[in-house]
Amino acid sequence: MHPVSPGTPRADAARIAELEAIARRMRVDIIEMLEKAGSGHPGGSLSAIDMVTALYFQVLRHDPKNPARPDRDRFVLSKGHGVPAVYACMAEAGYVSREELATLRKLGSRLQGHPVTSFVLAPGVEACTGSLGQGLSVAQGMALASKLDGDAFRVYCMLGDGEMQEGQVWEALMSAPKFRLDNLVAILDYNKAQIDGFTRDVMDLEPLEEKLCAFNWHVVRIDGHDIGAFLRAIEEAHGTKGKPTFVIADTVKGKGVSFMEGQVGWHGVAPKREEAQRAIEELKG
Amino acid sequence: MSTMKATRQAFGEALARLGESRKDVVVLDADLAVSTKSELFAKKFPDRFFEMGIQEANMLGTAAGLALAGKVPFACSFACFITGRYDQIRLSVAYSEANVRIVGTHAGVAVGDDGYSQQGLEDIALMRVLPGMAVIQPADDVETEAVVQYLADHQGPVFLRLTRQNVERIHAEDYVFRFGKVETLRGGEDAVIFATGAQVSHALRAAERLEADGLSVRVVNVHTIKPLDVEGVVEAARACGGKVITAEDHSVIGGLGSAVAEVLGEHFPSKMLRIGLRDVFGESGSPDDLYRKHGLDAEGIARQVRDFLR
Repeated sequence: MHPVSPGTPRADAARIAELEAIARRMRVDIIEMLEKAGSGHPGGSLSAIDMVTALYFQVLRHDPKNPARPDRDRFVLSKGHGVPAVYACMAEAGYVSREELATLRKLGSRLQGHPVTSFVLAPGVEACTGSLGQGLSVAQGMALASKLDGDAFRVYCMLGDGEMQEGQVWEALMSAPKFRLDNLVAILDYNKAQIDGFTRDVMDLEPLEEKLCAFNWHVVRIDGHDIGAFLRAIEEAHGTKGKPTFVIADTVKGKGVSFMEGQVGWHGVAPKREEAQRAIEELKG
Repeated sequence: MSTMKATRQAFGEALARLGESRKDVVVLDADLAVSTKSELFAKKFPDRFFEMGIQEANMLGTAAGLALAGKVPFACSFACFITGRYDQIRLSVAYSEANVRIVGTHAGVAVGDDGYSQQGLEDIALMRVLPGMAVIQPADDVETEAVVQYLADHQGPVFLRLTRQNVERIHAEDYVFRFGKVETLRGGEDAVIFATGAQVSHALRAAERLEADGLSVRVVNVHTIKPLDVEGVVEAARACGGKVITAEDHSVIGGLGSAVAEVLGEHFPSKMLRIGLRDVFGESGSPDDLYRKHGLDAEGIARQVRDFLR
């Protein structure tokens, strides 16, 4: 296996504790990155980071020293605004330098405000996303290609709850079971908030489990900040044959920073220097 | 009588042949395989054909994913339906630099009786503005076959525009397609008609009529609307004294007429006549009647050129 990720969801308690420690560091990196950038999306990056960390350093088969290997697992971040979570993991894994994180959103930087495909084939930036609702279709195409090549790799797609309101998502939810894509896992970072307010007020998704079951997905619901539970859900997905799996992960927007948690206002506003310092103190405390 | 065939038919046949030699070619359609003729591929290679139902947006994203994982997908629907899912083309296909071939059949008012809702009249304009997106419209069945072969190895996204109606064959069987280069089909010095798709054969017929009036009109086939052959366009305009006509079954806003005007405006300002849909919707009617109404047939093109040169 590769040094950065064993490529299996099976992990013992000690390994899960390591992943939790990495996720804490990733949170600090996200805050520092966004503070330097002066803009960006802390809420949805922090709600996703436990799962992105678990994917990057435990589940996905990938190799920063050989990023183009055809059998690498694919990870499409459909909620493209959460990309600071991916960039933090990319630096930790060695796809980019830690210094480069400071260039986020600056002119000439490879680290664009939303994911772009053009510079490195790292998990999370293999498709351009950011106009919401498109990633699951792209992930489905990758999963179909994998099937044609004898189940060469698995595909993971993370969605935001706001983007579940897009019609295209429901087109893909209809089609992936038709194609029996048991190599595809959709993960919902269900942080309950979007720009204009709480998701339940803007355009409620519920009852979500019933809808997804009716669309013939295998549905698992977990706490998206419990890395052990997330890994067990992925393991369950791997064991599910003939249909794709949808992991509904209940999360908290801004998780880990007390004054950001559950706050709609921290969707798309970067912390100022003092706020960032407070956040980092909390995270390191 | 020369051979008549719809370019969608030639496309379907060529695609089914390409599938034999190229295992990485995959095809998607959105419940129009019978009409786009992708069914010819589907019947031969069911494992590499994906019926997406009436989900064009999902089809485009899926095609992008297949391309990003190394396949060469042809995503097919009517031109207006497929380019109507613009945000998906813009981000999942174009910006992702995904090797998707977006195939839009039923180009122009020549769709006929079904009316405007089925007639692709803005697709060239929409696709042309996207960085890296090639736009190709073959003039006959022979050229379509050559284009499909070419597309097996082209790097980057492509929009391929095809006709519902039969078009006259104007190329010899041994025709060689040269991406990004205009093709001069007939010499002339008094004016040049840059035509694309179905209008190429009509422009040739128009030039024959004009010759009888003593006018020597050059006809140039613009199969690659983007990237446009700047040198070829300027050269033809210069050779014809800056008297330039464009002909297309598409809106003159943003289509071939605009593309040629942009190039000549920068490099060789010319007097221009743009033949096409002049900021109006299509409508129901027979293709012949619609071509007469919009001056898109040989007679209409000849009449407008005559007036233009008067």
